[in-house]
Amino acid sequence: MDVWLAVAQVATLVVILAALHRPLGDYMATIYTSGKDLKIERGFYRLIGVDARSDQTWQSYLRGVLAFSAVGVLFVYLIQRAQAVLPYSLGFPGIPEGLSFNTAVSFVTNTNWQSYSPDVTMGYTVQLAGLAVQNFVSAAVGIAVAIALVRAFALRRSGTIGNFWVDLTRGTLRLLLPISVVGAVVLIAGGVIQNFNGFTDLTTLGGGAQSIPGGPTASQEAIKLLGTNGGGFFNANSAHPFENPTAWANLFEIVLMLAIPFSLPRTFGAIVGDKKQGYAILATMASIFLVSLTALTILELVGAGTAPAAAGGAMEGKETRFGIAGSTLFATTSTLTSTGAVNSMHDSFTALGGMMPMLNMMLGEVAPGGVGSGLYGMLILAVIAVFVAGLLVGRTPEYLGKKIGPREIKLASLYILVTPTLVLTGTALSFAIPAVRADVEGTSIWNPGLHGLSEVLYAFTSAANNNGSAFAGLTANTPWFNTALGVAMLLGRFIPIVFVLALAGSLAAQDKVPATAGTLPTNRSLFVGLLVGVTIIITALTYFPVLALGPLAEGLQ
Amino acid sequence: MSSARTATRHYWVALRAMLVFTAVLGLAYPLVITGIGQLAFPWQANGSPVTSGGRTVGSALIGQSFSDAEGEPLPAWFQPRPSAAGDGYDAAASSGSNWGPENPDLITAIADRRGAIAAFNGVSPGDVPVDALTASASGLDPQISPDYARLQVGRVAKARNLPAADVRRLVESKIATRDLGYLGDPTVNVLDLNRALAEMDG
Repeated sequence: MDVWLAVAQVATLVVILAALHRPLGDYMATIYTSGKDLKIERGFYRLIGVDARSDQTWQSYLRGVLAFSAVGVLFVYLIQRAQAVLPYSLGFPGIPEGLSFNTAVSFVTNTNWQSYSPDVTMGYTVQLAGLAVQNFVSAAVGIAVAIALVRAFALRRSGTIGNFWVDLTRGTLRLLLPISVVGAVVLIAGGVIQNFNGFTDLTTLGGGAQSIPGGPTASQEAIKLLGTNGGGFFNANSAHPFENPTAWANLFEIVLMLAIPFSLPRTFGAIVGDKKQGYAILATMASIFLVSLTALTILELVGAGTAPAAAGGAMEGKETRFGIAGSTLFATTSTLTSTGAVNSMHDSFTALGGMMPMLNMMLGEVAPGGVGSGLYGMLILAVIAVFVAGLLVGRTPEYLGKKIGPREIKLASLYILVTPTLVLTGTALSFAIPAVRADVEGTSIWNPGLHGLSEVLYAFTSAANNNGSAFAGLTANTPWFNTALGVAMLLGRFIPIVFVLALAGSLAAQDKVPATAGTLPTNRSLFVGLLVGVTIIITALTYFPVLALGPLAEGLQ
Repeated sequence: MSSARTATRHYWVALRAMLVFTAVLGLAYPLVITGIGQLAFPWQANGSPVTSGGRTVGSALIGQSFSDAEGEPLPAWFQPRPSAAGDGYDAAASSGSNWGPENPDLITAIADRRGAIAAFNGVSPGDVPVDALTASASGLDPQISPDYARLQVGRVAKARNLPAADVRRLVESKIATRDLGYLGDPTVNVLDLNRALAEMDG
């Protein structure tokens, strides 16, 4: 019974996304290739001093990304520090230095890791002027970088890859803002709050006291999901009834998270002039998604482990209105994109069930991944896949008519190495430095035994992959975690972007080589199989040992 | 020199862009959404308030405790799920327990809850459903399963001197089916049920 309900729910999602990805994908292709600026955009470019017609080299594009992000970090940092004197702060004090740094980095890198509990920390001004703005622009930056890479595949002998400021502006104004407006209104209709009421104290029906929160939640909720950001207005995130009030709203939020990432392959196909290339990427993403979702749903429905067995099911940390199937679909969506929102507490999942969100992030968030970052991550893996295929048959690999030479493969390999290095080093240092270990074990870890290691591993996996979800029992508002996770988020976001844009520069400069009998067709099912294989093997080889120490050991004991 | 100037120029553009984006996305956007929400869906936008006896007693979306000052459950009211938000259903501090599947505290808590709920309702420990034994993700889950509501009928009817059949009928009338017939689980909203109960009891 439960299984069929879960299948019906997924089928609904598939139908919605299938109907959505064509118009949305084509619309995005139009946005990013159109030669025309809207009137309001022309005004904006004049205001900020940008010539929209001048394209940038990859170095200049990168400098734009980094400058904009650096200003973003500084801006969000300062606004938090100044909270005490800002209006609508709900009486909360300024945020301390370490936490401000962590949060600023977190929102600018599209991670939305939250070391704090928003209910008791952040006033409305910080949430709106600081955090919500980054929800939009960090998402627009991710899409811009992906589009720059896609464009590079289509360009020939070009020294430039587009204009960052134009891509940033169009993504924000033509894509994210209009969909967020519609999304926010739908969410309000479903029960998500949108007011500036602060807390309302009342006497409950049973005679007790309760303080009901207010806040401009729906406007933030829509972009939090659409931009695959994930930072909750409330501590319980999308499990909070004011963020996610009903089962249908839950499905709507899942659609918001997946809409852009699952439509970008269509955009990719349209821009490179071969829709089938887009479908091959889409098929790869969808296969991994469905397998991962099935695994998590079965694990949670079975409910192995001492506590779930004692209670008669894995309902600790899950909401009644979503049930198990609504929780596992949300968790899979959130961690296979870079969202990191939660509607159930991953820390309380069964041991092997809790490993699935971790594994999803370890795959590099490419199925379908965050807005933009998922597509560029998957294209990097495609470059690796054609290289592997080239080694097998002894030919110079090419992808979309571009030769994959030593420079390209070096950049792709370096990209692949960044996040595992950050995850494994961060986790190892948490236990290797004696003073840090004492603090991690004494203050931060919540669950005893093997599960405690999983909490730390989850935190670094989430930060380095810019996801933002957590095994939330971990107390992360400590000097070690605020700093180490902040660094992991920064490096995990921008070093891969450097390699992606460098790759874009080198691809754009090449001419196209014509396809020959020896060219591996990258728009057929054989390539999809190869790409799935490469994605899984790279991840499995990298992370199997550490998973064996944490969730695997806990699940098999 | 020229590269330093280019770099400075990028920051200058970035700063101005951030200021404009903040005005549009951080200020205008939420204000417009608030305006639409307050005009089109004022009840939802303001937290789905529930009134009883002429006063606001809570939100249809936020669970609340039906306990005495010591935290002991009141037998005359249907009880919600266990909550890890503050001291229980603290709407200003939403939270799950975050206890892992092998955490001894969770295993003990489940055993204790099973015993206490069975004794409180005069039923067999084996009949207590899973949602009654586990804390929700938000700590503010407004709903319980129909099974847990039915299990409480005898105790509530006795505490209020009402015919059990009437209370049972009330519970059955308050069961919300799945959204669209297949999304989520069937539920009973505890505050809504208790409000109707209070009205029935006069």
